[in-house]
Formats: sequence, structure tokens, C-alpha cells
Amino acid sequence: MGRSLLGIEDLDRAEIERILDRAVAFQPHGGPNFAKVNTCTGMMVVNAFFENSTRTRSSFEIAAHRLGADTLSITAAGSSVAKGESLVDTLNTLAAMRPSVIVMRHQASGAPHFLARHLSTPIINAGDGTHEHPTQALLDARTILDRLGRLEGLRVAIIGDIQHSRVARSNVFLLSKFGASVVLCGPPTLLPREMAQLAPGVELEYDMRRAVRDANVIMMLRVQLERIHEPPMQAGEYFRFYGLRQEHVELAHPDVIVMHPGPMNRGREISSEVADSQRSMILNQVENGVPVRMAVLERTLLW
Amino acid sequence: MVKKLLIRNGRVICPASGIDSVADVLIEDGRVAAVGEQLSAPGAETLDAAGLVVAPGFIDIHVHLREPGFTHAETIATGSRAAAAGGFTTVCCMPNTNPVNDSATVTAYIVEKARREAVVHVFPIGAITRGSEGEELAAIGSMVAAGAVAISDDGRPVMNARVMRRAMETARVLDIPVIQHCEDLHLSAGGDMHECADSVRLGLRGIPAAAEDVMVARDLLLAELTGARYHVAHISTKNAVAMVAWARRQGLPVTCEATPHHIALDTGQMRPYDSNFKMKPPLRGPEHVEAVIQGIVSGAVDCLATDHAPHAGDDKMQEFERCPFGIIGLETALGVALEVLVHSGRISLNRLVALFTSEPARVIGWKGDQARGALKPGYSGDVTIFHPEYPWTYDVKNSFSKSSNTPFNGRTFRGGPIVTIVSGEIVWKAPGF
Ligand SMILES: [Zn+2]
Ligand SMILES: [Zn+2]
Repeated sequence: MGRSLLGIEDLDRAEIERILDRAVAFQPHGGPNFAKVNTCTGMMVVNAFFENSTRTRSSFEIAAHRLGADTLSITAAGSSVAKGESLVDTLNTLAAMRPSVIVMRHQASGAPHFLARHLSTPIINAGDGTHEHPTQALLDARTILDRLGRLEGLRVAIIGDIQHSRVARSNVFLLSKFGASVVLCGPPTLLPREMAQLAPGVELEYDMRRAVRDANVIMMLRVQLERIHEPPMQAGEYFRFYGLRQEHVELAHPDVIVMHPGPMNRGREISSEVADSQRSMILNQVENGVPVRMAVLERTLLW
Repeated sequence: MVKKLLIRNGRVICPASGIDSVADVLIEDGRVAAVGEQLSAPGAETLDAAGLVVAPGFIDIHVHLREPGFTHAETIATGSRAAAAGGFTTVCCMPNTNPVNDSATVTAYIVEKARREAVVHVFPIGAITRGSEGEELAAIGSMVAAGAVAISDDGRPVMNARVMRRAMETARVLDIPVIQHCEDLHLSAGGDMHECADSVRLGLRGIPAAAEDVMVARDLLLAELTGARYHVAHISTKNAVAMVAWARRQGLPVTCEATPHHIALDTGQMRPYDSNFKMKPPLRGPEHVEAVIQGIVSGAVDCLATDHAPHAGDDKMQEFERCPFGIIGLETALGVALEVLVHSGRISLNRLVALFTSEPARVIGWKGDQARGALKPGYSGDVTIFHPEYPWTYDVKNSFSKSSNTPFNGRTFRGGPIVTIVSGEIVWKAPGF
């Protein structure tokens, strides 16, 4: 029947480890080509992206093809799911095509959970509103493991628009399950105090210099202006207080790595100097997208 | 020929007249004629209520009947049948219909439609402002003349304090309550659930308790300024309850209602992203729920009201962020209230009956031949007979409402309505009775 992946919050540590271990088998290991496996031949992956994300959608598509599965993409922009053609109607239509799995990106938090209640087709959440983005957290964890070899005991600083970040939530859930300590940092308007209750081992910090001190990982987030109704502060001021610069990297652990889920705004939340440095894992993250999503698709289709 | 109904041997509870004993109730010609032991009424139809509670007809001063304009979700006819099945004999319907009930024409339409099609008494509530847009006062005097018993822009708050002041001044002279949906729209903007750790975890935008509190605070000051009777709809926060209690101590004619769902459910009981848990005000955290219950116990909260808000299936079958606010509640109100308030030992059965009868009647202030909410001679011959203990399970498929948006589907209750009598006519009986 296959299992949905709606969020990291519902996964236990063993299951996450299994996905992360399996992803290793799909990494290119230095060569130019990914291994093409055909474990999922004949299966149909429907990519239903109600919100634009070329990067995540391509990554899922490539992952499906590498597994030998067929893909069908619908990229209904949010507006086209207008009154009359509800989300349920759209997905019922898709379900009638008997896909093996629906990979879904939606601008509303909980949209995949809503569908999972109405459809029997398993659903992989490729990002729902301001809630979760589980495959991003998994590929971030894979990237940290590749470089630092462990998650337990790490100090991870996540900085930026925490409130609107599904990446932040999924990472907090995952890292907490592995015994990492997470420092969330951002302007008070984008970092509600309730965030401290997300998971064990989470602390809040409104001062960036304190947040990055001794951090093993610094994860930067984009300010989601499209979700913010009043700007938290002027752009220049934002970079001054919450933009990552070399001086911050120097406060961190000597082996610190810098991450960003993209798309990145140079000079707004991160300086080019840091983004292009040896510490930056940003391209490794993109690269890990495909093997991690192959593992996730396999989990749903085969495990 | 005079039509008579004699209800015999029930436990008669009428808080307004201090009765709580086994007695008979006689209804003649649509009005209460007598309450006493071993009444004799030759030629009367009789109803044996032994083992049951016989109460004045329940009154719900806050329902949405959706007619005119949204009859796919509910009509006056279907809503009134749901009311009867919930033990209610009188309901007051909010004006957020299409067109909005902001004129004598719409008020008269509802009154006339209800007279022909409703099985319970229906009293319209007029809008405070034209189109409930919050800018210009509606035709309040004309609506009252046509049968409106209160004014409210429910569903929307009156954000403009000057407009609210003018509405209160008008209402004071007409001797009707002003019912406010207390929500500061700037603070609640775009929110879908109570702002708390759960909203943050689920990535849903929060509605802070302060959105309700600041509006209650403002209005209480305006009530003092104008001397109007002011009523807070669906109170849901601890500060709002405290402020209403404060205003009462200042001698202000201020009242408030609580809904069954706000005392039965907190944010922890919400099924994530299930639209049957989406309402305004949102379900609050446990400390607020406890404060509202405590307000009922202490008397700071005057009455219960369902805020019955039907939405048709398609409208609620959407992403949580998109679907409309509100749940139905007429048929579950008594079961929920018994469970939360009486079986838990928080209040007496007597007090519960008052919350559904004499207290809502006092909030609206029906007088003369409209008098209701008590089993006193001359009062409207409305009676609710209920069993305080029998177990039953709510199945929304059997609901009389056209809509099925409820978080209580499948829930088992202890105690519920058995017979509903409106103006001496039996309009509903529990299956099997
Ligand atoms: Zn309301
Ligand atoms: Zn209402």
C-alpha cells in the first residue's frame, strides 16, 4: 500500500536513519553519474505542485526516473485551483489515474494531511505552507552527516524567518530526535516565543552573535516576504542584525559548516563571501536532494 | 375549543420560579396555565414524564439559520428542526445572511418565513450596521418594530468605536441588547486557530487571546459611556471573563454567553487540520477553557448559546486555511453541557436549566405576551423534556441540519432531549420514546 510521508514529526529515529542510510547508496560517490536503479519500474509518481518550486520538483522527478518510475507533473498554480475546482476534486481526478504515490507541494499548511484523510494513495509532503518540508530536513541531515559524521551533540544555529519556515520546523523535529541542540535566532516578529516548545533541546536567541557562538552548523533561512504582512524591519537593518558574515563564522566552532535551503538572497541574509566559502554546504545540499528523495520514494513504493 | 396538554409526573425544574419537584405542567392554548401536583385537566392530551426532567423550553440566542441567501447550508425550516431536536423551543438568528438583515424588509421576511415554516419560535437579530460593514448604522428602529430582538454584526466585529457608541445609544433607547462578536481584526488578521505552541508547530497563523480581550475592554468602556445593555457573544478567554465580571461589579448592564464547544474542547483536542475544529473565536488553550467554565460556575457567564453555524459539505471540505469558520451545535448542546458542567459536578442541574432558559431570556428581555424562559402562568407554552442520564451517541448523518460540520460526530453523551413542546404542540420526540 505504501506509506505517506507527511512530516518529520511523525517519524521515529530508526526510520529516519534507514532513509538516510539508504540515500548513501544513491550518492554519486565522486563520479559524474548517479547509479540508475530500476527498483520502481512501472510505478507512477505524480508530482502535484500547487506552489512553484522548480528545484524541489526537478529533484523529485530525477529521483523517480533514477528509480525507473514514470512521472506525471501537474503544476497548478494556487490560483488555478479556484472555487469550483477544489483541492479534493483535483486530487480525486489524479487518484483516478492510479498513481503509486503523489508528491505534493502546497501553499496551505496541512494540505497533504487533509488529502491523506480523503485519498488512499500515499502522499509525500514536498512542503506545505509554513508547516513542514520533510525531504529538505532529510537532505540537510544527510549533508551534515557526510561532513561531520554525527548529529548527536551538535549545536545547530538556525537563523532567519523561523515563523514562516517549514524547513526550520522539519529540521528542528529531526535534529531534536537525534539529540542535537538547536538554537533558533531571528527578529522577534519572526520568532514567536512558542517556538521554544517545538521539541526538546530548542532554545531561542535574538542576538545573532550569541546564536552562532560555538555552533557546529549554521543554517540560514530566507525571509519569506510573500508570507509577511508587515516587513519585520528594513532590509538594510535586517542584514545588519541577522545577515551571516565572515565575522560570525569566526565565532562558531572551527569546523562549522554553513547551510541554506535556497533560494538564497546574497546581501540580504548571507554575504557572498560566506556563501562561496569552503564552509558553505549549499551545493552539497542541492546534490543530496536526489539520493535522499530516491530513498524517500523507495520507502513509500517498496518498503 | 381550548387545546390542553398535561405533562404529568416529571421532575419540574423552573429556576425562575424556584420549582424543583415532581409535578404536573398544564399548557392551555399555547401558554403555561398551571404547575402543580396532581393537576386535573379534563379533555387534555397527557404526556407521562415520569423519570424525566420537565423544564421551560430552551432558548438559544445565537444561531445562524442561513436564510435568506445560503439555503444550501441551512434554512429556517431545517435549522428550526435541528433546534427542536436539541431541545430548543426559541432561537435568535444572526443577521449575516444574504442580504444581510439590516432592514425591516429582511426582518419581516424572516419573521414571516419562520411563522410558516419553522417548528420553533424564531426571533431575528438585526445588523448593527448597514451590510454589517461597520460604517453606517442599520435601520435599527425599523427592524425592532418588525420583530428584531437585538442587534449584532456577528461574524464581524464593529471595529469603529464611534459607530459602536452610536449603536449603543440607539439600543439603549430601544431597550435591546447590543451583541458583539469581539475580535480586533488587526490582531487576528489571517489567523486560523488560537495562537499557541500548537499553532506554531502546525504552521497555522494564530489568533491571540488578546484579539478578543482588547475588543471586550473597549466595549465595556463604551457600555459605561452609553448605559446600553451590552452582550459579549461566544466568550472564550480568561481576561474577557474577568473583565465582564468587573463590569458587572461596576453595576453595568453587561452580559455574556459561552458556547458548548468552547467549554468542551481546547486546542489539545483539535484533530490537526480538521476543519470541524475551526471556528471563531478559535478553540482556546486549557487555561482559557477553565476560566470560561469557572465563569459559568461563578455567574460571570450568563448563559449558554450554540453559535450553530452550518456550512455545506463542499465549503468545509477544504484546506484548513481556506475553509470557513464555524460548526453546528444545536443537537449536541445539552449533551455537551451535561457532560462538562453537571456530570463533572461543576454546577447543579438546576443551574444548567437556568443557563438554557431564564438566563438567555433575561439577556434578551422578552416581556408581556412574549415572556418565556419559565413555567409561569401566561408564559409561552414551551417545554423541554429531557433525560439527564441516558447514554446516546451523536451520529451527524441523522442530523436535521442541512450541514454536518461538527467535531462531536460519534461522541457518546450521557443525557439528552426527549420531547420538545412549542406553544403546547409536541414538535419533536426522541426516537423510541
Ligand atoms: Zn461570532
Ligand atoms: Zn455566530
